[in-house]
Amino acid sequence: MKASDAIIQCLKKENVDMIFGYPGGAVLPLYEALRKSDIKHILIRHEQSAAHSASGYARASTKTGVCIATSGPGATNLITGIATAYMDSIPLVIITGQVKSTAIGKDVFQEADIIGSTEPFTKHNYLIKNAKDIPKVIKEAFYIAATGRPGPVLIDIPVDIQNENIEFDYPKTTNIPGYKPTYEGHNGQIKRALQKLKASKKPLICVGGGIICANAYQELKAFSEKVKIPVVHTLMGIGALPSDSPYYVGMVGSHGHGFSNKVVIESDLLMIIGARVADRATADLKLLNEKKNIIHIDIDPAEVGKNVDTTIPIVGDAKNILNRFIEKCTPLETDEWIKKIHQLKENYIKQDEDTDYINPKKALEFLSNIVDEETILTADVGQNQIWAARNFEIKGDRKFFTSGGLGTMGYSLPAAVGAKLACPDKRVISVVGDGGIQMSLSELGTISENDLNITIILFNNYRLGMVRELQDIHYGKGKNFSISFKKSPDFVKIAEAYGLDSKQVTSNREFESAIKEALESKKGYLLECIVDPNFSTL
Amino acid sequence: MNRHVLSILVENNSGVLSRIAGLFSRRGYNIDSLSVGETENPKISRMTITVNGDDYILEQIQKQLHKLINVIKIVELKPEKSIYRELILVKVRADSKNRATIIETVNIFRGKIIDVSSDTLTIELTGDFEKISAFTELIKPFGIIELVRTGFTGLQRGNVQITD
Repeated sequence: MKASDAIIQCLKKENVDMIFGYPGGAVLPLYEALRKSDIKHILIRHEQSAAHSASGYARASTKTGVCIATSGPGATNLITGIATAYMDSIPLVIITGQVKSTAIGKDVFQEADIIGSTEPFTKHNYLIKNAKDIPKVIKEAFYIAATGRPGPVLIDIPVDIQNENIEFDYPKTTNIPGYKPTYEGHNGQIKRALQKLKASKKPLICVGGGIICANAYQELKAFSEKVKIPVVHTLMGIGALPSDSPYYVGMVGSHGHGFSNKVVIESDLLMIIGARVADRATADLKLLNEKKNIIHIDIDPAEVGKNVDTTIPIVGDAKNILNRFIEKCTPLETDEWIKKIHQLKENYIKQDEDTDYINPKKALEFLSNIVDEETILTADVGQNQIWAARNFEIKGDRKFFTSGGLGTMGYSLPAAVGAKLACPDKRVISVVGDGGIQMSLSELGTISENDLNITIILFNNYRLGMVRELQDIHYGKGKNFSISFKKSPDFVKIAEAYGLDSKQVTSNREFESAIKEALESKKGYLLECIVDPNFSTL
Repeated sequence: MNRHVLSILVENNSGVLSRIAGLFSRRGYNIDSLSVGETENPKISRMTITVNGDDYILEQIQKQLHKLINVIKIVELKPEKSIYRELILVKVRADSKNRATIIETVNIFRGKIIDVSSDTLTIELTGDFEKISAFTELIKPFGIIELVRTGFTGLQRGNVQITD
């Protein structure tokens, strides 16, 4: 069998039914094999979007996302998307074409060392030097990408190797001596954690994206309810616990809710699950200096103890460990503590700025109330991300996707493409700013070509709103530099040019009727909402 | 800051050394010395890496290295339970007046003269950190022309293996 056909057979064995990619000279044999297969190929407009779309697809479907690019610039264009997936622990398998194996290292046309370039932000990567290794490598790649702490795995395949003939035999198992993820938590550590929990008066759980990776929603809900522990979450942990749960508190961190941060500071025991305790989540928290008990549960041992001193580290899968806790824990007397948290929440006054334009916070709150719980929202990066994270209520699992770790602008639109293709029956909303959308504007073409009924909410304040705020904070007001777009395009016309429905609104009242129209549209709809340039993030 | 010696079993694939060296540089850790070679199993190589750092840095290095798929096992070779060796070759200026003194010093340190010219001697010496330092200090006044060291390598003492 031709190696290129073998690659497709391997992908079929891994139940791949959709690939995001962009062809080129170094993947011609692979595309010829793909043409003959029944795997659906989505031709994106820029390789970076291929990785983002594969990420949105993976997050919505719970499968491993797959994308393909050619050698050199095709491969290097993927880099931001790969790094984004790495930071957010998203399982991807990326196949790149490479120049002929005999030409490697000679700086030939479209050659780039993609293995060296992606070493720091892939979970693992492979350069195929022998066609017969292909089945074993693809088997390993899918295994590594989806197990343990998920992440992207890249396979670089020289074009001449794709044309070789091999005997196809797909391995049933893998044996990688250096890769044995720990799934079960250590018994002794769990026992110690139980004792600390029992002695705690103000326990608190802080969850991150790890709950979502582990599909541990039910377990988290059951544990918090049984033991009566309140739950805060990070940006990546949105959706880990339904926001209507009595134990739901809110988001922590520099862009989280003030009351959530207060609750973290006041707690005497913090159980961190699947969160890497990043700087944005711990900003303004006296978390690191408090003499509180910290139980840190993570499947990646390197995260435990990295950013915060841990009293009891537990390495393993969140779902397994939560089940063990559910089994062994008895309800704690936390009624007073929970009452206090509810009071803190009630006393929290939402800032309600007057604005002549659209109030994005109100707009998202309104939207949140009119769509069903199955709706998936992808947020870009910047003010729009935080407006969405704080004001759009997420009640179901795998419903909120954003670039939490790397903070990649241009993520929302292609991620929405992937999510919609993974879940055609679910409503998908892409929230973007005028900066971010211009980083992946071309994907309007992918939306149009594939008849994807995605609602795009573009908050346009004609500037990079979050950078503007940062400049204000660091250098004083009136010293903004290079943050406003003086020549923004007519987004309505652009959407129309791509064959999408579109409208611009400038007031809250207009928004309410226009969003209903947008949601009813049978095709992609871009709703441009004009926002006051000085409207704040929090 | 303390010196730590790590012994690391890795898969003997191309690119592993670059992955490990890259991890150190991008996370801001310093490698003091690194030696690598095949083990009794040709599929596995053993690296000995000497690093300086406190307990936190050492723990981070070990955990981050462990995340690399090609890394099979890492142990710290504690001084009291391990033997360390390093090989150095030193080319030193030697005239008829001081040649005998140099040879005497080499003998005391159980080194070997492996090359001689009319005005130089090249010496091979193995030993642990302290022995190598002491020797180079003694030989320095004669005039070191060139020096090369292999970097540390080591094993645990007694009947223990890294796989234990």
